[in-house]
Amino acid sequence: MLHTLSAVLEKEVEEASLKTLRINALENEAIYIFREVAAQFEKPVLLFSGGKDSITLVRLAQKAFYPGKIPFPLMHIDTGHNFPETIAFRDQLVKELGVELIVRNVQDSIDQGKVIEETGKYASRNSLQTTTLLDAIEEFKFDACMGGARRDEEKARAKERIFSVRDDFGQWDEKNQRPELFDMLNGEIEIGQNVRVFPISNWTELDVWSYIQKEKIEIPSIYFAHKRAVFMRDGLIWSAEDEVVFRAEDELVEEKMVRFRTVGDMSCTAAVLSYADTIDKVVAEIRESKISERGARIDDKRSEAAMEKRKQQGYF
Amino acid sequence: MEVLKIATAGSVDDGKSTLIGRLLYDTKSLTDDKLEAIKKSSEQRGYDYLDFSLATDGLVAEREQGITIDVAHIYFSTPTKSYIIADTPGHVEYTRNMVTGASTSQVAIILIDARRGVIEQTYRHFFINNLLRVKNVIVAVNKMDLVDYDETIFEDIKRDFEALNQKSTYAEQQLSYIPVSALKGDNVVSKTETMPWYNGDTILEHLEKLETTDVFDGEQVRFPIQTVIRPKTTDFHDFRGYAGKIYGGSLKVGDTVTVLPSLTQSRIKEIYFFDQTYKEAIAGSSVNITLEDDINITRGDMLVKTNELPKVEKHIRATVCWMDGKQLASGAKYIIQHNTNKVLSKIDAVHNVIATDYSGVDITKNQLALNEIGEVSIRLSKPIYYDAYKNHKSNGAFILIDAHTNATAGVGFIN
Repeated sequence: MLHTLSAVLEKEVEEASLKTLRINALENEAIYIFREVAAQFEKPVLLFSGGKDSITLVRLAQKAFYPGKIPFPLMHIDTGHNFPETIAFRDQLVKELGVELIVRNVQDSIDQGKVIEETGKYASRNSLQTTTLLDAIEEFKFDACMGGARRDEEKARAKERIFSVRDDFGQWDEKNQRPELFDMLNGEIEIGQNVRVFPISNWTELDVWSYIQKEKIEIPSIYFAHKRAVFMRDGLIWSAEDEVVFRAEDELVEEKMVRFRTVGDMSCTAAVLSYADTIDKVVAEIRESKISERGARIDDKRSEAAMEKRKQQGYF
Repeated sequence: MEVLKIATAGSVDDGKSTLIGRLLYDTKSLTDDKLEAIKKSSEQRGYDYLDFSLATDGLVAEREQGITIDVAHIYFSTPTKSYIIADTPGHVEYTRNMVTGASTSQVAIILIDARRGVIEQTYRHFFINNLLRVKNVIVAVNKMDLVDYDETIFEDIKRDFEALNQKSTYAEQQLSYIPVSALKGDNVVSKTETMPWYNGDTILEHLEKLETTDVFDGEQVRFPIQTVIRPKTTDFHDFRGYAGKIYGGSLKVGDTVTVLPSLTQSRIKEIYFFDQTYKEAIAGSSVNITLEDDINITRGDMLVKTNELPKVEKHIRATVCWMDGKQLASGAKYIIQHNTNKVLSKIDAVHNVIATDYSGVDITKNQLALNEIGEVSIRLSKPIYYDAYKNHKSNGAFILIDAHTNATAGVGFIN
């Protein structure tokens, strides 16, 4: 298959300075968007989850401002239910880049009584993140929050703009979005409002993986096939190694070769059976996959409009 | 990977969503879980067929009303190309969304119901694609299965459309006509036995042959500055890079360039893309450029080749598509965003509302309402360096921003 981004951008030549720059449209679009954010806003922040999409964002931001540093901090809204591998990875990456990392914890929002922890079989902290995020935006007066959401992920996200305005309650007014014409991004907002920015809106899951492959970007180990104690529920595979994932007595634990396709809150992210233990195998697997990426996210399965509802309330 | 952007246009019930669903299904781009979700929703609504529009109508209000309100973006790929479809609503009140979808597309697919032929809506869809100068238009005559795959019906519609094309304002536009049945899958991805009289390409075959050059065509290079990069580190202490995206043509190391509006001249010293330098960068590249001389350049300035200066004016006349609930009236002030440059402006006059049905009967009116398209004269607080839209898309288009609401209130195409 000729299906990769890698076919396009040829950099590895003996004498780069004599080359004409060939382009990858998606990469150039993302870089353009990052620069618009840096120029149009006073306090932007990159929302970083430790997942592959936000790691890709960091690489693109590096490219956008080289030889300068990334001109904004990263912020992690930590549910406390992260895979330990992603936290270790996050800290290492931030150290290497020399950028500022802000962490705000969902646990604090719970302790302050602002949100109430869900209970039961499907309990998740995923939607609780919204409150912590909105508080952090207010605390730091961020006017632009960049994230790695993509339009191909989910049908409400397919309607999202690249610059998506949120009112001072963090709400998304999905029926009254600003038209985005040509390349022109209108970042004018009132004080208290903020803009959610999606530089990789037009990328598909495969585009992201191909880019990680081409750029040799490091990602957390849980994206690759590994042995893990798991149990089955509702046709999905859940980690039995982490206590935050609810497991009933009668749900049987077995060891399987699995990997994770998305890395969200552990309590709502299921694994997939896989032997793909290298990036090349992962890309090959995604290409052949019959299940969409969010097929293993229980948070979207709550209702047909689950994502739209969360987004209206200020969710990423 | 090459990316081709497509905008769809069709009236309600022309089968637009079915066509997109068919493209996804036949290119095996619909995953099992998405297909399952469509099946489930279709059943819940009591349909005995798969309603592919449920895959694209992402908002609750859209599913309730069974119509598309806002542009949705849909992705699929073949071994040679990635495709992005902007699925735009067909209702007259959503003209602004059609214009939005068309602004970034290299191809438009206009759907026609074979039983109804060319109707008033078709005129408007074609008009918008004319106005925005979308390079390729595919006229897909759909529901051929409901007219017994009759060649004469297809030929009649083709003739009607050709008559419409005589009135086109964009002679270089490439038109192709394809008879299809999105429901049955005829001529969408594969050819079938149903229409032996048709020897042309299927829709996908045609798309696969199209060039993916940037929509912002124009031979002369325009380089609007987005931001200035000054690292002030030990290694790059005096580095001053101008970051932006190249529109039209290309830039080479050594090119003599003029900075607008200061009219200062210099030469290109280096072209950076990340940590590599190149001798040349073509349209579409987001690069970082250094110059031989230290010049004061800021966001909103533009670099051009010294022998390719654009026009400069303080008064412009443009075709404006209005996108705001508050009418555009003479005397009103708006912020104009032209590339990365922002200028205050005052509407001198609204001349007319253009009849988008090619009747030629333009209405003389001094206001533009939501979704209306008209000729407007605008006075700017500072001159801008522009090209006519027909010569250079990116440097010939602008948006109007309402300074009170910050809304993107309209889009203009400079005459």
